[in-house]
Amino acid sequence: MIVAEKKPVEEIIDYVKDFKKLLIAGCNECVTVCEAGGKKEVGILASALRMYFLNEGKKVEIDEVTLERQCDHEYLEEIRDRIDKYDAVLSLACGVGVQFMAEKYFSTPVFPGVNTCFLGAAEERGVWSERCQACGQCILGETAGICPISRCAKRLLNGPCGGSTKGKCEINKDLDCAWQLIIDRLKELNRLDDYEKIMPIKDWSTERAGGPRKVVREDVRL
Amino acid sequence: MSTKTPSKLEKILSAGHMAVTSECGPPRGSDSEDITKKAEMIKNHVDAINITDNQTSVTRLCSLASCIHLKKMGVEPTLQMVTRDRNRIALQSDILGAASFDIYNILCLSGDHQNFGDCPQGQNVFDIDSIQLIQTVRQMRDEGKFLGGDDINRPPQMFVGAAANPFADPFEIRVPRLAKKIAAGVEFIQTQCIYNLEKFELWMKQACDRGLHEKVYILAGVTPFKSAGMAKYMKNRVPGMDVPDDVVKRMSGVPKENQAEEGINICVETIQRLKEVEGVKGFHIMAIEWEDKVPEIVERTGLYPRPDIS
Ligand code: SF4
Ligand code: SF4
Repeated sequence: MIVAEKKPVEEIIDYVKDFKKLLIAGCNECVTVCEAGGKKEVGILASALRMYFLNEGKKVEIDEVTLERQCDHEYLEEIRDRIDKYDAVLSLACGVGVQFMAEKYFSTPVFPGVNTCFLGAAEERGVWSERCQACGQCILGETAGICPISRCAKRLLNGPCGGSTKGKCEINKDLDCAWQLIIDRLKELNRLDDYEKIMPIKDWSTERAGGPRKVVREDVRL
Repeated sequence: MSTKTPSKLEKILSAGHMAVTSECGPPRGSDSEDITKKAEMIKNHVDAINITDNQTSVTRLCSLASCIHLKKMGVEPTLQMVTRDRNRIALQSDILGAASFDIYNILCLSGDHQNFGDCPQGQNVFDIDSIQLIQTVRQMRDEGKFLGGDDINRPPQMFVGAAANPFADPFEIRVPRLAKKIAAGVEFIQTQCIYNLEKFELWMKQACDRGLHEKVYILAGVTPFKSAGMAKYMKNRVPGMDVPDDVVKRMSGVPKENQAEEGINICVETIQRLKEVEGVKGFHIMAIEWEDKVPEIVERTGLYPRPDIS
């Protein structure tokens, strides 16, 4: 999923302090799962803002809504009939949702309520970590199912570097060395010989480097 | 092994001599004398001098310009090049730049993470890694072709090196990793500083068992301790460094004013012992900001005078 973190409320206040009618829009997908922008967080943020405006002696109307998804026309359309009521929208969706909201409601200011962090998984309750950087040409088949692009601090395709120490990465003792994980799993799979295959220079044009990306699937288009 | 480049280092190694290299870190400023003075101290005692490339990710005068200063003094430089800061366009371009000044040695590295240095908020590049940089230089040299496939007019003639750290984890792939670098085309290796001699000898033995010592020249890396504090720091703070307790104890066991001398003694003993190890073809003496001690170390280990080959 896409993992996000709540923005500090001070930063959010700075965005919205001069508006009179606000809509806080949550999203029911990833940001709900990682507890940064779902219905619960919409409610908490709305209360915090109401409190702030009350203390400031400002009369501001704040409405709450949580859409099924903000990265989908269908669900974003659900608020079309009332969007004009608001001076601004605070979207707690990931950066994709915020932008889709802004594209759709072109004349309404939209602000982000979360910092979108990475594509990751919940390691345990309250702990999420990165697993993929969407490079567009997945090599997990060669790396024993562990991604060195997202999980090695130097995204080495032929690691580990000389800084790998007791299973941990040279930049942080709390971070697993991706290449230690790869080697451990190659061993488990009886494939340690594969370690000596040199991974060729990667074509990064399918990654961010190649410019904004698009997938067009003729077979599923209407 | 016959020579493939005009590199003096390559000629010395291929003639069967023990090679001696050292390294200088460029200054955090633009005074070229900071480089030339250091080089002046050691130039008669070593075959080539590495110039580090923004080591520990601290911004410094660039390796290429520093190498040119050495070249102008008649000293043979080894251009260290990390893949952290430059993409494949810039790397190839700098290789050509170095070749245009007839710089004949290159050391291919991935580089420390920028997290360690003075710009932890900067981007890193890592378009390619150190093994792929080895392949890149070999392709440019041997095939005369850019990575993109076009021909290079006057290809670089560089003796291609890399680092190896026998002490990083996991140990079991340290020899396979050396094999991988050899398969990529590396011709000489400079190792991480050696303090744990048993572990190094084990690594060397495993490399020899696979015949890798016949395929690459391995220069053993040494760094003299200036003080017990430095030994402790290297032990605890530098990732991938293996300083055994008894070495720290030996340094701490002598009075402060004699610690520097003890550090040199340990370094000299290390070289003397490793000279006898099968597969060791020379030494890379990294006397960090202590270049003036290099001549003494070289002389005391019987590695002076250096062979006169050009
Ligand atoms: S290889 Fe690419 S697509 Fe596959 S997990 Fe890593 S970043 Fe994601
Ligand atoms: S220690 Fe491991 S994860 Fe960290 S940069 Fe080196 S190879 Fe990558």
